[in-house]
Amino acid sequence: MNNSNASNGDSKQEDSHSTKAIPDYKVERLDFPDNQVKKMVQSVVFGIFRFSATLNGFALLIVVYFMVSNGLSAITWEFLTQPPTDAMTKGGILPCIVGTFCLSLGAILIAFPIGVASAIYLNEYARPGRTIRIIRLGINNLAGVPSVVFGLFGLAFFVVWMKMGVSILAGALTLAAMSLPVIIGSTEEALRAVPDTYREASLGIGATKWQTIYRVVLPAALPGILTGGILGISRAAGETAPIMFTAAVFYTPYLPSSPFDEIMALPYHIYVLATAGTEIEATRHLQYGTAIVLIALVLGMNLAAIIYRAKLRKKMS
Amino acid sequence: MKTNSQTTEKVIQSIFFMIALASIMILLMISVFLFMEGIPILNHVSLWDFIFGIYWYPTSEPPDFGIYALIIGSVATTIVSASISIPLGVMTAIYLAEIASSRFREIVKPIVELLAALPSVVIGFFGMVVMAPLLQNYLDIATGLNLFNASLMLGFMSIPTICSISEDAIYSVPTNLKEASLALGATHLETITRVILPASISGISTAVILGMSRAIGETMVVLMVAGGAAMVPQSIFDPVRPLPASIAAEMAEAPFRGEHYAALFATGIVLFVFTFIFNLVADYISNKYRQVGDSTL
Repeated sequence: MNNSNASNGDSKQEDSHSTKAIPDYKVERLDFPDNQVKKMVQSVVFGIFRFSATLNGFALLIVVYFMVSNGLSAITWEFLTQPPTDAMTKGGILPCIVGTFCLSLGAILIAFPIGVASAIYLNEYARPGRTIRIIRLGINNLAGVPSVVFGLFGLAFFVVWMKMGVSILAGALTLAAMSLPVIIGSTEEALRAVPDTYREASLGIGATKWQTIYRVVLPAALPGILTGGILGISRAAGETAPIMFTAAVFYTPYLPSSPFDEIMALPYHIYVLATAGTEIEATRHLQYGTAIVLIALVLGMNLAAIIYRAKLRKKMS
Repeated sequence: MKTNSQTTEKVIQSIFFMIALASIMILLMISVFLFMEGIPILNHVSLWDFIFGIYWYPTSEPPDFGIYALIIGSVATTIVSASISIPLGVMTAIYLAEIASSRFREIVKPIVELLAALPSVVIGFFGMVVMAPLLQNYLDIATGLNLFNASLMLGFMSIPTICSISEDAIYSVPTNLKEASLALGATHLETITRVILPASISGISTAVILGMSRAIGETMVVLMVAGGAAMVPQSIFDPVRPLPASIAAEMAEAPFRGEHYAALFATGIVLFVFTFIFNLVADYISNKYRQVGDSTL
């Protein structure tokens, strides 16, 4: 047993006679100095990998911990159900909650169908060639467009040119444009993960292309597509820059009654209170409180979707 | 009847094709409207002076519209944050996809997904009220709102993007490649560095692009944490004013379709062109090394 190839062959032969030979073979393999060094390097590198993974987990916990420990006292029933009072130094954040809900729901209603359909075309219909190259390049570049540039675009196009004014509609459209690449990307990833044998089996028993997509590919890819939806909606709900010029205002005492109303939104409210308010220190607890509500809303949605997806996966397998 | 269903299929396919063009249409519209609103600034200042002018005093009389310091601010924050997020993100992705026990994976993967969902304004707020005083006290510097703090926050914001997309790419490497490598006697680490990473490099590049473009375009964090001084930084603890921060902070005060308004749109064009070129280069790289089948490693 001088090298691992030989020992591999030996152990297989011995395996058929008696299983006792296997521990011997393992010990001998470990005795090679080369193997030992490799093993050590490997465990050190894997340790570093494990550390970075753990660090990422802790990053979230640290942020959430500081928000909750500082802001929990601000969360009361009044805080959640009343509008701000006394020049936003007291009172609640109801208009902001409603505003963020309207914006993210509007954005996802617009972006999700378009995103999923785009991904279906790219992954199921399109043949390799120049057209698909250009479309992909477009999506990659759209994903790279900075959020504040979406804000400028929304201002110039939806607010000014289409005369929507600063409104929910303009904000939702801007957010939809922004979350489109996220949805397309993860839907495509999900579709790609569906084995070709599924498609071949379906086409083989006489289904058309569309029937195959609708009845076979989409159900199999659903958990992954939902991931895309989650990523899209959470981006839309948490973004501030795109709605700064298109939908959100400092203060409005009214709840929205039409898509053309301007609104308050949670992320923008945090920014306003933390940087532009007249009483920045005095409203600290309101800032923490608003941050908790935003985190709870966004992370809650995500958590629900993650759990749902896990259940779906179990059901499929 | 056969021709009927074939027509239906054709119609469905062309509908999907039209929808797939939406992204390009949006991209075109963005460029058209940015240029429409931004180009008028060239009536007041030359292109050279706009890009390389070191004074940004848009509201003084006469105003100075030079964004050189803002560009340097953006580049610096992006580079420092990438040096944090790329190694951490890719290593986490490898660990989760290849090494971690399913139990560890089941706990950490959702947490990383939740980290991605954390709104940027919350991270900016955290940087402002928690990290800034901490840095100021422990490092004994003038202000905790600076280049380093902003980069740190940006780094942790782009990790989830880099991590989850890289992980998908690593995870979708065919198992037979991995098995072949292990069967030849390679260790797990060798298999990862020589087989799995090369096979998933196009996906990892995409992940890095998306992560870095999130960092360079991220507005709220740099608006709240970077300090806002329109100067070329001398150290990583100097306050800076990256391009997006300048746009977001000043747009509300800029008179509609005035010089300042146009200058901010022009700043947006610079930011847009920046990410556009960046993405083209990255796209070229990822396509060049794209794995087509099992045999093209």
